[in-house]
Parts: sequence; C-alpha cells; structure tokens
Amino acid sequence: MTTATGRTRVPMLIRSREWVHAWLLLLPALFFLFAFTHVPAVMTLWNSFHSTPRGRRPARFIGLDNYERMMGDPIFWKVLGNNLWFAFGTIPLSIGIAIVMALWVNDRLAGRGFVRMAYFTPTVLPLIAVANIWLFFYTPGFGLIDQVGSALFGWPQTNWLGDPSTALNAVIVVTVWKEAGFFMIFYLAALQAIPPSLVEAAKIEGAGRWTIFWRITFPLMMPTTLFVSINAVINSFRLVDHIFILTNGGPDNASSLLLFHIYETAFKYWETGYGATLTVAMLAILCALAIGQFFFFDRRVHYK
Amino acid sequence: MNTPATDGRPGGQEILLENVSKVWGAHKAVDDLSIRVPAGTFTVLLGPSGCGKSTTLRMIAGLESADAGRILIGGRDVTHLPAAERDLAMVFQSYALFPHLDVAENIVFGLKVRRVARDEREARLKRVADLLGLSALLDRKPSQLSGGQQQRVALGRAIIAERPVCLMDEPLSNLDAKLRHEMRVEIRALQKKLGFTMVYVTHDQVEAITMADQVVLLNGGRLEQASDPRALYQRPETPFAARFIGVPPMNVLPGALLADLDAGLAAHKVGLRPESLMLADRGPLAARVASLEYLGADMLIDCEAGGTIFTVRLPGDHDIAAGTDIRLGFAPQDLHVFDGTTGHRRDDLAAATGARIAG
Repeated sequence: MTTATGRTRVPMLIRSREWVHAWLLLLPALFFLFAFTHVPAVMTLWNSFHSTPRGRRPARFIGLDNYERMMGDPIFWKVLGNNLWFAFGTIPLSIGIAIVMALWVNDRLAGRGFVRMAYFTPTVLPLIAVANIWLFFYTPGFGLIDQVGSALFGWPQTNWLGDPSTALNAVIVVTVWKEAGFFMIFYLAALQAIPPSLVEAAKIEGAGRWTIFWRITFPLMMPTTLFVSINAVINSFRLVDHIFILTNGGPDNASSLLLFHIYETAFKYWETGYGATLTVAMLAILCALAIGQFFFFDRRVHYK
Repeated sequence: MNTPATDGRPGGQEILLENVSKVWGAHKAVDDLSIRVPAGTFTVLLGPSGCGKSTTLRMIAGLESADAGRILIGGRDVTHLPAAERDLAMVFQSYALFPHLDVAENIVFGLKVRRVARDEREARLKRVADLLGLSALLDRKPSQLSGGQQQRVALGRAIIAERPVCLMDEPLSNLDAKLRHEMRVEIRALQKKLGFTMVYVTHDQVEAITMADQVVLLNGGRLEQASDPRALYQRPETPFAARFIGVPPMNVLPGALLADLDAGLAAHKVGLRPESLMLADRGPLAARVASLEYLGADMLIDCEAGGTIFTVRLPGDHDIAAGTDIRLGFAPQDLHVFDGTTGHRRDDLAAATGARIAG
C-alpha cells in the first residue's frame, strides 16, 4: 500500500518532467519526419481521392475516379510491366554477380585490395557522371560497344538506347553494373563473419567447393540476402536518375519506370491528383513485396 | 596393417610423418618432424603453445600443406591430397558445428555429402545418438545446446562415418574442469571401443598422461620425445621433457652440486624430481630452506644450494623452518643425467653415480 502510493505520488513531478524532457529531445527529429515523410504520405493518400486543383477550380472529392482511370490507363500498365521486367532483370543478376565477386575477393589472391576497390568504384561514382559515361558507350556508330562489336564480331550499328526493344535492357545493364559492387560489400562482410573452421570441417567431411557453398556458405549468408534483396526491390522501384540521362523514358515509354512516370505525370503534366494515385499504388506494391519477402525468407534465414 | 576393432568394424590406420616441415615466412613452425602413430592407438601431440602441434595436426588433416617431407596414412602417401580425400574425421577446438543445421543434420552432414543411402544414414545416426546420449536433442540447433552437448555433437559427427583416423584439436579446452574429466574418460573409451587411430592435440599434460598410448612432445617445432606416458615421466630424454611433465616440474640442476658424489657430473646437468628427494642426514645434497608451502597431504619446500633454487616435495607435515640447513638424498634410479653439451639423457653417467649411492 505504502509502496504503491509512494510510487504514484512523489515521483509524479519528476516523471512528468522526464516526459517533457523526452518530448523536447524527440521534437526536432519528429518535426522533420512529419514535415517531410508522414504528412506528405497522408496528403498523398488524401490527394489520390481528389481532383487536381487548377487555377480557380479547387480540388474536389472524386472518390475512386483516379483509381478507375489508373486501371484503364495503358501507360500505367506498360510502365508497371517495364518495372517488373526491370526488377527481374536487375535483382537476381546483381545479387548473383555480387556473391561471385565477394567469393572471389574473399579468397587469398594477389592484389585483393585493388580488386575490391575496383568492384566498389561504380557505387562511389556520382550517378549522373556514370549515366553520361554509359551514354557514350551506347552511342550508335562510334560508341564503345558498337566499335568493339563491329571490330570483333562484325555487328551492325545499333541504337541501343533508341530502340524500344533494347532501351530498357540497356538501362538494366547500367543498373546491374552500379549495384553489384554495392551489394558485394555486404556479402563480403557476411563471408568474413563465417568462421573458417566451418569450411574446414565441411572439407574434412568430404564436401567440395560447390557443396560447401550451397550447404554452408549460402545458407549462412541468408540474412544478408534478405537485406540486400529488399533493398534491391526498393531500388528497382525508386530508380529515376539513370533514365533522365539515358533515355528520358523513351522511346514510346519503352524504358519508363513507375517512379519516372509518376514524376512526369505529377510535375511535367501537373496532374497531381492522378500522380498521388500512382504513388499510392507504388507504395502498396512495395509494401506487399517487402512483407512477402519477409515471409518467403523467414524459414530460410538463420540469424545468429 | 589394420588392427581389428572389438566389434568387428575396420580399425585404425597407421600414420607416418617423414621429415615434415612447415615454414611461415622466416619462422619454422614444424621443423623436420618424423613421427609414427601405430594403427588403432591414441597418440597425443603435447607441447607449449606455439610448438607446432596444431600445425602438425592440420597438416595430417590436409588443411595445411607440408613444405617438405611426406605424410602417409595407412601406407598411402597423402602429402598432396586434399582434406576431403584423406578419409579422416576431425574435432575442432571451437567444435565448428554448422549453426543453421540441427543436431541430426550436423551429425549426418558427411554421410549426406558422400551420398550414403537414407536408411543407412538413419540407422547410423540412431546408433551414434544413443552412444553419445544425444537422442533427445536431435532437432535442436547448436546454439540451443550447452558446451558439453555441443562437444558431443562434434564427437558424433566425427565418429558416425567410422573413419580409420580421427584428429582432435584441443577439444576439451572450452569445457569446465568437471566436464573435462568426464569427456576425457568418454573419449578414451570411445576410441578403444571403435578402434580408430587417434591423434589428439593438447597443451594439458594431464590430458596427455591420462589418455595417451603414446605422447609426442614437441618444442619449437621439433620433436623432444615420443614415448608412452610412463616412459616420458620416468625416463625423459631432454631437460625440456623432464620439466614439461610432472607437477611441480623436475629440478634440473648443475651437476657440480653432486660433485662430491661423482666428479664426472660437473660438466653435465642432473635432474631430480621434487617427489623423489627426501630428507637424509647423510644425503649427498646439502641445501638451505628458502621457503615452505603447506598443502595438507604434503608440503613443497623451496631450497637453495650453490646459488640455484629447487623444489622438494615432502609427504606429510614436517617441522622445518625457513633458513634451516638440511641434507637431501634420493634413490639411485631417481637420478637423471643430461649431457652438458647435447642436452640428451646420459644413462651411463646416471648408472655410475647411482652405483656410488647404492654402494
């Protein structure tokens, strides 16, 4: 009884002061989080049910009209398809290359530090510079790829970025090139956290390199794979900067991705209401994918 | 070459090391080492840390390559074979259990890799689990086991394939004292029962003495002595071997201290174990008591003679104070003499001096 009253009465003041301090400390970060993340997110959802305000015509509630429009919009489906193709093209490939590179530079080899640095360089370079360099590679006729292709294999001149059938794949190549080195760093860290005695024990038990990789190394890197794959999915839906430089979404939306389309809709054509609807759709897709990945990987991931 | 095991399964294989060396940069980790491990025996590689015992074991396992010399297992030259083809099992100091696999999967890992049929796998797993008392733990992950249980899983993984050779690298060093004693007995019994050849690395002389058929004592990458534990204690070949085995270590003294007994000893070193010295009014060794340590059953006395300090272990309680002059004697067979130049044991000199004591 006494302890109960003692606990509630005397420290009440101290506790409320602690509360005030806590909120004061949290406030600056919370302000910016709300101002730039939470409020815009809620506003986006709100806007998606409204028409775009124009001049003297304010936004008005139009219910699911924007969503209906989206469902019937062939460009939306085209862009979504592009994005899925882009994700399937970049994610497994960049993760696979990242693992191979990490295994390679984790071994004892001469000049290991140099190779690691070389693999990581694409990640450090500014995106715009990288995209411009690749623009030169892809230039029809005298770009690096055409020159090497025609000199070695006698390929005809190709407009890699200007042809609807190759534009998106050309962007995929640049993205894989840029992301693989970044993911490699995570895999390298994961590899180095595996005690060497596990691999030695597996060798003693008669396992070859391939078995050791599939039965020991790869399962032990699963937490990294989960982390990297969620990041890769988010990145694949977030990419706009390459496209600005390389193709500007063209030709005929062949290389336009969801976020690029949202940008164009909202800020180029100033259809903010419809842009908000597309954004909500994209967030929903990302949430579903992330949750799905967690469930998919959950049984396979061994955390220490 | 194979010794049949008691239950009819194939026994161990002989391991031969011929002039094996391993060099790390300028440092010779193992230096021209030749050892013979007879089939089906328990051999302990013993020595202080950094003596090359683990490197030697890893070369036998195929985890390190030998820079010189040959390694033969069961008459087959395996010097350049990878670990997977040497047909042996190994228990690591850290156990090296696969953290993402449960106990059963850990134990049958090697059988799966070698594509042993499922029925056979299950039958062997059951046998090994029963033998090691792991039956209730088969679906646990290693992180859910105690240190002793993890140790058993590592043992299980080593013995399930019934390989002719088993290597162990300080397997008990992470266990507490009581468990260590139990596991010592258990590992020894297991080895006897299954009949494989065991090479066991430790820095703990108690483990070596209690478990081994043969102790291989290494120092600085070189062989000091390879013999059975009794011989190692009773007839150490070098002062290092003499001082490494036995607690407290043997006193290795300048031979001049016994010059009254035999002038020929002056150029050599003499070894006397603390427990073989006794108080004797007309003993050959005069000393002054420097300090005493009472241990209950016996007492340790630090004595000083001719500028050297040495230890005497006397049974029971003696009424001796520090500063007293005493005389010490010993039985003729307890005197060890080591050559002053080569450092090797000199039984001829010991026998000659022993004869004078007796006579």
